Amino acid sequence: MTKINKESPWQDLTPGGTMYDAGNSLEFKTGDWRSVKPVYIEEKCKQCGLCFPVCPENAIPVNKEQKREDFNYDYCKGCGICANVCPFDAIEMKEE
Amino acid sequence: MSIRERLSGNEASAIAMKQINPDVVAAFPITPSTEIPQYFSTFVSNGVVDTEFVAVESEHSAMSACIGAEAAGGRAMTATSSNGLALMWEMIQIASSLRLPIVMPLVNRAISGPLNIHCDHSDAMAIRDSGWIMLFSENNQEAYDNLLMAHRIGEHKDVMLPVTICQDGFITSHSIENIELLEDDVARKFVGEYKPEHYLLNSKEPISVGPMDLQAYLFEHKYQEANAMRNAKNVILEISKEFEKLTGRSYSLFEQYKLEDAEVAIVCMNSTAGTTKVVVDELRNKGIKVGLLKIRVYRPFPAEEIAKALSNVKAIAVLDRADSLNACGGALFTDVTSGMFVNNVQIPTVNYIYGIGGRDTTSKDIEGVYSDLMEIAKTGKVDNPYRYFGLKS
Repeated sequence: MTKINKESPWQDLTPGGTMYDAGNSLEFKTGDWRSVKPVYIEEKCKQCGLCFPVCPENAIPVNKEQKREDFNYDYCKGCGICANVCPFDAIEMKEE
Repeated sequence: MSIRERLSGNEASAIAMKQINPDVVAAFPITPSTEIPQYFSTFVSNGVVDTEFVAVESEHSAMSACIGAEAAGGRAMTATSSNGLALMWEMIQIASSLRLPIVMPLVNRAISGPLNIHCDHSDAMAIRDSGWIMLFSENNQEAYDNLLMAHRIGEHKDVMLPVTICQDGFITSHSIENIELLEDDVARKFVGEYKPEHYLLNSKEPISVGPMDLQAYLFEHKYQEANAMRNAKNVILEISKEFEKLTGRSYSLFEQYKLEDAEVAIVCMNSTAGTTKVVVDELRNKGIKVGLLKIRVYRPFPAEEIAKALSNVKAIAVLDRADSLNACGGALFTDVTSGMFVNNVQIPTVNYIYGIGGRDTTSKDIEGVYSDLMEIAKTGKVDNPYRYFGLKS
């Protein structure tokens, strides 16, 4: 499949915009939709595991030890659900 | 050997669908198209087709199911009328913009309200700029023939657009006429197999259909769609030629009936063309030179070809079986006159709105139009271009 970008002329686009590829939503970074940003305060975090299952964007990475890491801001839209469920105030929402 | 039969327009459409043997038919009943999926569902029950019949809960779902099936790589069909089409409207645009060549018989009937279930073209006119190829049929034979050609046209790689085959509700759909059918295997061979290049059920090439298409892309995709519609004209002619070789029945973008040396002409679509032909013959017998241009291909609209075909007459009447309620004439009138203007054909042309909500259209009405046209041809003057016939006043 030819690489399509915002400058591609109509001749290069696929009919109906069909993508001849799967799993490509990873290429669509939605982080710039964010107006408020969750900030991870590691020292307050007890690794209770409540935040990452509720993230609609899978933007809280979890490592092999089942511990959460810092936010993936490429996809975090700043919805604030994680901050809302955190019992330890370990996530703070800040203006972008 | 072809088969001589007598069938209603709905039966003829259902038999064409049987011969096409689509992968999926998803439909919801609405008068007067109801019989098409009803007859077809008996073919499914009797095992004479391999089709998956989906009895959906609404027309919106019917078109949605067709979109899914077609995107998956199957041939999908439905049939509808009037308000059923109106309920489909959102998905009608999705089908064409995703370039899915779904085929749908459309049995023309007034869009309510006030509530009316009879023939006019207000349903078809409501999707005229939706990226669907629209063929109109004078009688059951044409409804059948057009339907057999529809997949070949829509699925062509230069087109990839859905196709709707129009016929007049009740007048054609429920009237039994003689018809010549192809044998099943001959029809099936003509329609051929659908082999899409990209489809969802191809495990070797996973694809995504209908993605986000924002400011940087939609304009180009619409241009591609518009180009596909332009390409469709030649493809329709090509497929029609092939069909003629098989059946001897000739189809073009429109039919010119005694138009060559005509002084005045009527332009119309669907069953009214049949009535008009009778009147043309009668008037010709009296030595009055009248002609008819019957539109078969309404979308893409053959503006240039129509303008050329009409360029030698002295007066024209365009008959619209739907009032556009816009204070400047019906949709067909606007299309024809715009085509004439752009192609520098300046001939006095009038519009008649007629047959709304199933109002009878008689040979007397058509004679009246020709008589008005002869007067206009004589004086060259048009006092009011926006006219009606059959209206009680």
